[in-house]
Amino acid sequence: MSKPEKLIENGIRLDGRKPDELRPIKIEVGVLNRADGSCYFEFGGNKVIAAVYGPREVHPRHQQRSNSAVVRYRYNMASFSVEDRKRPGPDRRSIEVSKVSREALEPVIFQEYFPRSAIDIFVEVLQADAGTRTAGINAASIALADAGIPMKSLVSACAVGKIDDTLVLDLNKDEDNYGQADMPIAMTPDGNITLIQMDGHLTKDEFKEALEMAKTGCIAIHEMQKAALTEKYSAQMEGENNE
Amino acid sequence: MDKKLVIPGEFLSDDPSLADEGTYVENNKVFSTVFGIASFKNRVRVVPMAGKYIPKPGDMILGVIKEVTYSNWIVDIRSPYDGLLHISEFPRRIENDEMSKYLKLGDSIMTLVRDVDANMKVELTLNDQRLRPIKEGRIIEVTPSKVPRFIGRSGSMIALLKNETKCNIFIGQNGRIWITGKDNGMDLAIKSILKIERESHISGLTDRITNFIKEAKGEKIKVKKPESEGILDELLGDEK
Repeated sequence: MSKPEKLIENGIRLDGRKPDELRPIKIEVGVLNRADGSCYFEFGGNKVIAAVYGPREVHPRHQQRSNSAVVRYRYNMASFSVEDRKRPGPDRRSIEVSKVSREALEPVIFQEYFPRSAIDIFVEVLQADAGTRTAGINAASIALADAGIPMKSLVSACAVGKIDDTLVLDLNKDEDNYGQADMPIAMTPDGNITLIQMDGHLTKDEFKEALEMAKTGCIAIHEMQKAALTEKYSAQMEGENNE
Repeated sequence: MDKKLVIPGEFLSDDPSLADEGTYVENNKVFSTVFGIASFKNRVRVVPMAGKYIPKPGDMILGVIKEVTYSNWIVDIRSPYDGLLHISEFPRRIENDEMSKYLKLGDSIMTLVRDVDANMKVELTLNDQRLRPIKEGRIIEVTPSKVPRFIGRSGSMIALLKNETKCNIFIGQNGRIWITGKDNGMDLAIKSILKIERESHISGLTDRITNFIKEAKGEKIKVKKPESEGILDELLGDEK
């Protein structure tokens, strides 16, 4: 798609959303039988799957830490996840995304509970549409909870950006490509930021406003994460209580 | 209700002195660390829905020999950490080169966690009257955090299973269950255990398992009572 004349018109974006509106989200918990915890996460056009293994033995042994668990995060895009075939395997970008995503989750995990062990998180992007790292973090935090790993809280993530001089929540592909700024943010529900990145330009005031928008977005996502987790069991529990 | 499904970071209580397993305290408030069932009886604790077994001294567990070294058996205990059974912890004095005669690769043992140090070195022992190598029966695996549900309040669930299936059942703290008895008894025991595993979070578990076993046994005498549903309703009615 070539650059559209206007990305936002009368407060309505290309895909019909309002500036502060998230794309539709669909969450499924426990989709993989082999993994200790797993989650399928749809975030607009993004489709990602997260698998968590562990705590388990560390291989290779030298990565082991004697007083805490190591957290390993692998973000990987499928070759068919984007329009032009993505060359398979780790590249500069996916190594960076893996690192920042790991650091977005590490602060909430009680790593010291499991010395000499590893917690492995795998995020596979099946379809990409701008914001895969935030989708990956959302999915991974649910998968961690599903695996029974102790955490301070879940982590929720979404992006804020600027298109046609307007701040908007959760950019899609075209807004990301032709917009002026993109700022992915991950935070805990009480507002502690664990990831913030930015490309493009924002003024100081815009930055402050963007942060507030991201906060609202993350809280909305957190509610959906919570609902998805409880849904796995609560339907049965309530049915029993009502009898 | 004193039970509730909670997610990590969910607020539980204002009284930090009540904080128990599966919780953490921040700013004098108690929050959940895991995704599981919170109970507010006496103390506040959360039992996770999933998770690995973390060994504690005094736990009776079921292990599988995965390696025999010069003076130790290395034992798989279904945990991130391996168990070490030293030759001197075998009830009898044996020579180093004869270790495989007594316990070889792949053998199952009922064992006791003697000690766990800060480095998570797990020392096991067989030096106890109750412990022994496992020669017969079946072993199945369940979620370790659900072990208390299989035992039941003061052993009621396991007593029920043992009585109804005429099997001997031992439940290891690491979520391995050892069953010995007649074939059809073991089949029924395994079915019941898997049902408990699936439905452990739903209240009225013991009643449902009692019914399940009765029904399964009834089918074997091929008299499927048409009013069996009515009986179920009555029992559930009592529960209310």
